[in-house]
Amino acid sequence: MTDPILKARGLVKRYGRVTALDHCDFDLMPGEILAVIGDNGAGKSTLIKAISGAVVPDGGEIWLEGKPVRFTSPIQAREHGIETVYQTLAMSPALSITDNMFMGRELRRPGWRGSLLRQLDRPKMERIAREKLSDLGLMTIQNINQAVETLSGGQRQGVAVARAAAFGSRVIILDEPTAALGVKESRRVLELILDVRSRGIPIILISHNMPHVFEVADRIHVHRLGKRLCVIDPKDHSMSDAVAYMTGADTPPEAMQPA
Amino acid sequence: MSKTENYEDAVSRASSDVASFDEHEKGLFGRFHHLLHTTPALVPLIVLVAAIVIFGLVLGSKFFSPFALTLILQQVQIVGVLAAAQSLIILTAGIDLSVGAIAVLCSVVMGKITFDYGLPPFIAVVLGLTVGTLIGGINGWLVSKVKLPPFIVTLGMWQIVLAANYLYSANETIRAQEIEEQAPFLQFLGTTFDVGGARLTLGVIAMVVLVGALAYALRATAWGRHVYAVGDDPEAAELAGVSVHRTLMSVYMLVGFICALAGWVMIGRFGSVSPSATTGVIGNIQAITAVVIGGISLFGGRGSILGAFFGALIVGVFELGLRMAGANPQWTFLLIGVLIIGAVAVDQWIRKVSA
Repeated sequence: MTDPILKARGLVKRYGRVTALDHCDFDLMPGEILAVIGDNGAGKSTLIKAISGAVVPDGGEIWLEGKPVRFTSPIQAREHGIETVYQTLAMSPALSITDNMFMGRELRRPGWRGSLLRQLDRPKMERIAREKLSDLGLMTIQNINQAVETLSGGQRQGVAVARAAAFGSRVIILDEPTAALGVKESRRVLELILDVRSRGIPIILISHNMPHVFEVADRIHVHRLGKRLCVIDPKDHSMSDAVAYMTGADTPPEAMQPA
Repeated sequence: MSKTENYEDAVSRASSDVASFDEHEKGLFGRFHHLLHTTPALVPLIVLVAAIVIFGLVLGSKFFSPFALTLILQQVQIVGVLAAAQSLIILTAGIDLSVGAIAVLCSVVMGKITFDYGLPPFIAVVLGLTVGTLIGGINGWLVSKVKLPPFIVTLGMWQIVLAANYLYSANETIRAQEIEEQAPFLQFLGTTFDVGGARLTLGVIAMVVLVGALAYALRATAWGRHVYAVGDDPEAAELAGVSVHRTLMSVYMLVGFICALAGWVMIGRFGSVSPSATTGVIGNIQAITAVVIGGISLFGGRGSILGAFFGALIVGVFELGLRMAGANPQWTFLLIGVLIIGAVAVDQWIRKVSA
């Protein structure tokens, strides 16, 4: 078996008396789509935030491509090629689509206007933003410079996904990417997820939408009570099995439980 | 599974062109509303031009002359510089009550270093600007790291700086004549030159250049976009990869620097160094007034620094115009009060994205 691209062992995170992560393990294999499912409050979001640098775990270790890493901010995780689409989308409503897509990694003009005046290369950023949105099929966005607050919920989500897909080089994390989307946009996002995988970039998909999870995931990480309960193969298990495991209605067979 | 999945297949036949709609006929009024929405500095500009035209018609050439109009610029130069500083803070959803006090303290520092310690005026100015930047840095650190509300931090800093200013200077004024004889460089920004009836000072030019440079930086650089993003939603900005702490620190330090620059402008304008200059007490409110009339949202993330500049000019036009018309000065305050409320009301109306 190949080594995981992203590996975590014994992650612990406590918020006061609440334990969100309880010695949690995590493995993401190269080129796979790993779905993370779990009941509300199981600690999925905290696990994802620990991996993406938004939360610093109290204990445990994380390895990226075999090297130990310790992120204290999302910027550091991004510099290592880990790109995240948060459930809250992390966009500035009053700024334009282009501004949001390039937030924190703006392109400067070549030559003295970029180095001396630090001028942004708006034409280039707008062109790339338009391309990325077209890749995602977000054709209903007419003006790339319109403020994000004037977009519908689904369009905003589409922009956030396009941002991650455009810049993620090692791992892309999607937290509930289809929750607010319409039929057409959901389909596009799922297609995009498969498309990104075909480029060899692994994806972590957090979702409550079981049909979507079972359609695209290669493996499913079932999270329960702050730790990994088991990892199942969607081909060997049904949706009701998965729901039974994650809610505690049923326990997975011994063999499925990682050591 | 297969039965439920097929309904999405129809999607593949959908068109893949960028959506376009027939331009809905909005009429003149609707188009005007859209223009205001995309260009927030337009409202104060319209008010400014209207005020100049009305005063010009009523008062004639007495008001509508190069001399009078540039006199307005001279009278607003201190408030204009402070308003530029205040705009930056308010764009990050903060407020700075200490701007005027920092300006006065820094002017005193520049004077004291020259006259008490005998250092060259150039060094004194550099040190004055440094003191301003440091005070701004303390404000920024308290806001960004200690997470205190900007209102509280700067309310306290206002009192601290003002008191330090009186204690340090023993409330002694350095007279204009002394400065002129011994350290004319301190009055450098007061240098005047006439261009065909118009009288400009270097302080006025410094204000205009400052506003222009900040407008450019806010619009066309990554730093400017970060300032807006932090003011809009700091958590989202942080997750999107903006260092909120660094952005806030840079803004507060820059604001401290600009306030110190206002202190230097003050020496040029008044000639003297006076610890009891009114700027220390009301400079903050004057700056906030200009910013609000200029259409910058107190909730952060929206507005343009040009608007604040126009806001400062509007106040200057009202002050001079009403004084020339022989009106009781209280009318000025009354009208400015109306403008503040009116500006925010217009702002709310423009924000209605649906229209």
